[in-house]
Amino acid sequence: MPAPKVPGVLKGLGVTLREAMKTMFPGGPVPSPSKGAATVQYPREKELPATRSRGVISLHEENCTSCMLCARECPDWCIYIEAHKTLAPPRRAGGKPRQVNTLDRFDIDYSLCMYCGICVEVCPFEALFWTPEYEYSEFKIADLLHDKERLGQWLDTVPEFEAYEAGSEAKVKKVPPPPTKASGS
Amino acid sequence: MIALELAYWQETTLRVVIGLAALLALTGGVVYLFLFKFVSFMQSRLGPMEAGPYGSLQLLAEVGKWLQKEDIFTERADRIVFAASPFVVITSTFLLFVVVPGGPNAVVADLDNSLLYAMAVSAISVIGILMAGWASANKYALLGGLRAAGQLVAYELPMILAIVGVVIQAGSLNLQDIVYAQSEGEIFGVGWIGNPFILTQFVGFLVFMIAMQAELTQTPFDMPVAESELVAGYMVEYSGIRFLVYFIAEFATAVGFSAIAATMFLGGWALPADWGISRDWMHVIGPIVAATKAIALTGLVFWVRFSFPRFREDQLQRLAWKFLIPITLANIVVTGVLKVAF
Repeated sequence: MPAPKVPGVLKGLGVTLREAMKTMFPGGPVPSPSKGAATVQYPREKELPATRSRGVISLHEENCTSCMLCARECPDWCIYIEAHKTLAPPRRAGGKPRQVNTLDRFDIDYSLCMYCGICVEVCPFEALFWTPEYEYSEFKIADLLHDKERLGQWLDTVPEFEAYEAGSEAKVKKVPPPPTKASGS
Repeated sequence: MIALELAYWQETTLRVVIGLAALLALTGGVVYLFLFKFVSFMQSRLGPMEAGPYGSLQLLAEVGKWLQKEDIFTERADRIVFAASPFVVITSTFLLFVVVPGGPNAVVADLDNSLLYAMAVSAISVIGILMAGWASANKYALLGGLRAAGQLVAYELPMILAIVGVVIQAGSLNLQDIVYAQSEGEIFGVGWIGNPFILTQFVGFLVFMIAMQAELTQTPFDMPVAESELVAGYMVEYSGIRFLVYFIAEFATAVGFSAIAATMFLGGWALPADWGISRDWMHVIGPIVAATKAIALTGLVFWVRFSFPRFREDQLQRLAWKFLIPITLANIVVTGVLKVAF
């Protein structure tokens, strides 16, 4: 025989009332909802985002070879790359000067970006990193286009590289950014 | 006593102003207390905190926002009917407020059969909602309007039948007389608390509150505005000031019905038990007591609203016709028999 329905109705009311009381009176009879609430009042209080949260993508320009893999894999086509070839000094003395690509433009349009992280995953030269910074809203949508200088500034906020779980070293692909640029988070 | 001689139009204006002030003040208070704060606490959050201390001016900000918005008409809307409908609804609400007594003399319009009148004018809102549903030229609005009509008509019956028990006990259709009957009555010889009809008419109170929830189209009876099925039902095409009027009407009706329920079942403006307060002081205390009771009952409405999910349309009709109406009919019979017997 199913349980009668009326007590269930009252139980539901009890749940909501109990939650309300827990929020309103977290400790004792003095109402202090700002302590009992599970939320924070954002612009005044801030919660630290998780270290590996996908806030914004930073660019380590020296590592970029303008191979265009990120731009081609980007589902939103929000990465714009332009480069020209230059000659770099030879690796060994007496060798020929190397031909390298120098970035002219590396823009990510954050008004289009959907934070999938495919560009970070796909970069073969460790030039892109996630950082947990998230406060970069703008009044004009065009200002959400971050150029390579702006993307380079985010590099300072890249968190320390977290050690992989034990036993997963074989899968390690990513290496931390060079310590010169990323001077700790 | 100050005896003021007022011309008829002056008196009428004064009554309208007092009625509107009571409506807006109570509605604003209830919206802030329950819709903004109590519900937020239920969900472990704080609700509005920025506008004014503890967000107390949030409602003004909302009103300002709605007043600025464009008043949009759909292309094929029946413009006159569409424009008039929110005002029909709020008129029904206002007419509901004028008969609620707030003290020995503090009643905007003291009618002999004010309870019957209240039930009659509250039914006008159905017309306003049907007007909105039809004139919007929108299938969701029409569906919502029809659902509202079916629901409101279905729940008018248990509501009216639920108050019959009170009327039998009080022997009057006048809300003021019902208040006196409660404060001066006694339950089987015990009279120190008076006879608030919630004790002897508990079934009637329960049915009235359930029917009221349905009349207000608040969850779990919010099929007419079911946002997951009908977007916003009959309100879907409204914006700007007309939506604001609908918004006010929705919560003002909740307060109005709660005030009538408080008058009928909780003793209205009278204090429970005799505190030895002279009748003159009741002119001052009465409105406060009446407002407190009404607000408490409105809190019940919002508490239920934010605790339960929506019924299905057929469950809604079944509850009204197969459960509430038989119960109220039995309640009337028992009350009548006991009234004659004692």
